[in-house]
Amino acid sequence: MTSINTSDPGFLPHLFRLEYARMTAVLFRHFGLQHIEIAEDIVSETFLKAAETWNTNGVPENPSAWLYTVAKNKAKDYLKRHHLFETKIRHAVAPDETQAAQEFDFSQQTIADSQLAMIFAVCNPANSTEAQICLALQILCGFSVEEMADAFLAKTETVKKRLQRARATLREDNFRIQQPDAATIQSRLDTVLRTLYLLFNEGYYSQSGNHLIRKDLCSEAMRLALILTENPLTATTQAHALLALMCFQSSRFEARSSATGDTILFEQQDQELWNKELIARGNYYLVQACSGDTLSKYQLEAGIAWWHTVPSDPQKWEHILQLYNELILIEYSPMTALNRTFAYARVYGNRAGIEEATQLQLEGNSYYHALLGYLYAATDVPAAVAHYTRAIRLTKSAAEKKTLSGEISRLQGLQH
Amino acid sequence: MKEFILIFRNSTNPHDNPSQEQLQERMNWMGGIAARNRLADKGNRLSAGNAKTIRPGNVVTDGPYTEIKEYISGYMIVKTATIEEAIELARNNPILKDGGNIEVRAILGPEEGDHRP
Repeated sequence: MTSINTSDPGFLPHLFRLEYARMTAVLFRHFGLQHIEIAEDIVSETFLKAAETWNTNGVPENPSAWLYTVAKNKAKDYLKRHHLFETKIRHAVAPDETQAAQEFDFSQQTIADSQLAMIFAVCNPANSTEAQICLALQILCGFSVEEMADAFLAKTETVKKRLQRARATLREDNFRIQQPDAATIQSRLDTVLRTLYLLFNEGYYSQSGNHLIRKDLCSEAMRLALILTENPLTATTQAHALLALMCFQSSRFEARSSATGDTILFEQQDQELWNKELIARGNYYLVQACSGDTLSKYQLEAGIAWWHTVPSDPQKWEHILQLYNELILIEYSPMTALNRTFAYARVYGNRAGIEEATQLQLEGNSYYHALLGYLYAATDVPAAVAHYTRAIRLTKSAAEKKTLSGEISRLQGLQH
Repeated sequence: MKEFILIFRNSTNPHDNPSQEQLQERMNWMGGIAARNRLADKGNRLSAGNAKTIRPGNVVTDGPYTEIKEYISGYMIVKTATIEEAIELARNNPILKDGGNIEVRAILGPEEGDHRP
C-alpha cells in the first residue's frame, strides 16, 4: 500500500479524474479526434479493471503507473485485434508520428504535450463557448455529465446534447491533434484563454452548492493554464496574467465560505485563511505578465485581484476603480459594471455609489439588487430590505439566499 | 440603439499637463458610460501641438486653428436610443467645467438620409 491516504473516500474519484485526463489526452493524440470513443473506451475499461483489481488486492504502490501500463496494453490489444492501425490510422498520421503511435508513451513530457495539443483541439471556435467548456471538462478534465449538470445548474440532457453537437463539430473539423504550430497557437490562443477563464469562473462564481465540484473546476482550470505557461509557444503575457488572476482568486477559496457552506463576504473574511503560497505564486506570474506592452483584460483583472490581496492601503480603492474603468472600456459585462460601481462607492461614498448604480439599468440582475441593498443599508433600511428581497427572489444560489436573508434579519434587528 | 459622436472642443489644451484629479475624473466619466453599456468607441485624444492644416493651393499652416479660438481636443462614440440620452451622458463630462463644450452628432448610416427627428 502507498503512503498517500488511499482510504480517503475522495481519493479514487480524484485519481481517476486526473488520470482520465492524462490518459485520454495521450490516446486521443494517437487515435485522432475521429476516433474519440476508442480512446475513451480504453480508459474506461482501464478504470473498470483498476476498480475490480484494487478492490481485492489493494491499491498498488504507484497507482498512476499501474493505470498507464494497463491502458498501454489495452491500446495495443485493441490495435492488434481490430487492425485499426493498418486500415485507418496509418493514413491519418504523418510518418514521423507512427513510431510514437506504437509506443504509447505516458511520460511526463508526452502527457504535457498531449494535453496542450488537446486544449487547442477542444477550443475550436466552430463550437460555442459553452460547448467548448463542456468539452474541455469532459475531455481534458474527466468530468461526468452529471457533475457538469450540477456545476452549471443545467439538466443532464442539456449537457449531453451540447456535448454531442460539439463532438460532431470536432469530427467534421478534422482537426489534427499534434503539437500545435505557431500559426495555430496564434489563431486559437485567445479562444483557449477565454475558455480557461470561463472554466475557472464557473467554479469560482457558480451558483451550484456543490463546493467540491466547484473547487475541482478551479483547480482544473489552473492546471491547464499552468500547461500554457510552461510551453514557450504559449507562455504569453496574457497566459501568465490569467494564471496570476486564478492564483489570487483561489487564494481566498477557503476564506470565502463557512463550514456550513455560507458565503463570507470579502470584508468579513479571516485573512489568516488566505493561502499565502498561492498569493506568492500569483505575484510571480503577475510579474511575468507585465513585461509586454499590451494590456489585456487578464492583466487588468489580475491587477484588481492583486489589490484585493493588499489588506490596507489608503489609495487601494482608487487604484481598483481605475483598473475597473480600464477593464470596462475593453469589455462590458454586467458583473464588471457592478464591481466597478462597488469600487466607485468605496472611493466616493455610498450616496454617489447609489446614483451611479441606478444608471446601470440591471433590474433583472440579483447582484444589482444585492449591491443596492448593501449601499442603502447604512442610511435607508427599508430601501435596503426591499433590494435585498428582490435579490433573494432573483438568485438561484441557496448560499446567496441564505446570506442575504441573514442581512435582512440583521438590518431589521437594528431597527427595533 | 443609434450611435452619436461626442466631439470635445476646448480653448485651452486639456492634454497639456493634466492633474491627477483631472485624469481620474475623465476616466470615471468614461468608465461610467461604459458601465451603462453605452460606449461604442472610446475614441481618441487629438494633439494640439503636432497638428497642421492643409488648404487649397498647397498652403500648409501650423496648428489645427487659425481663425477660431476653439479646437477639437478629442472625440468618442456612444450608443443610445435618442440624442437626448446622449446629451445626458455628455452633461457630466469634466470638460464643461473648464470652459470647453461638447458637440453631439448622430452618425449617419450609408443609406440614411439626414433629417431632424
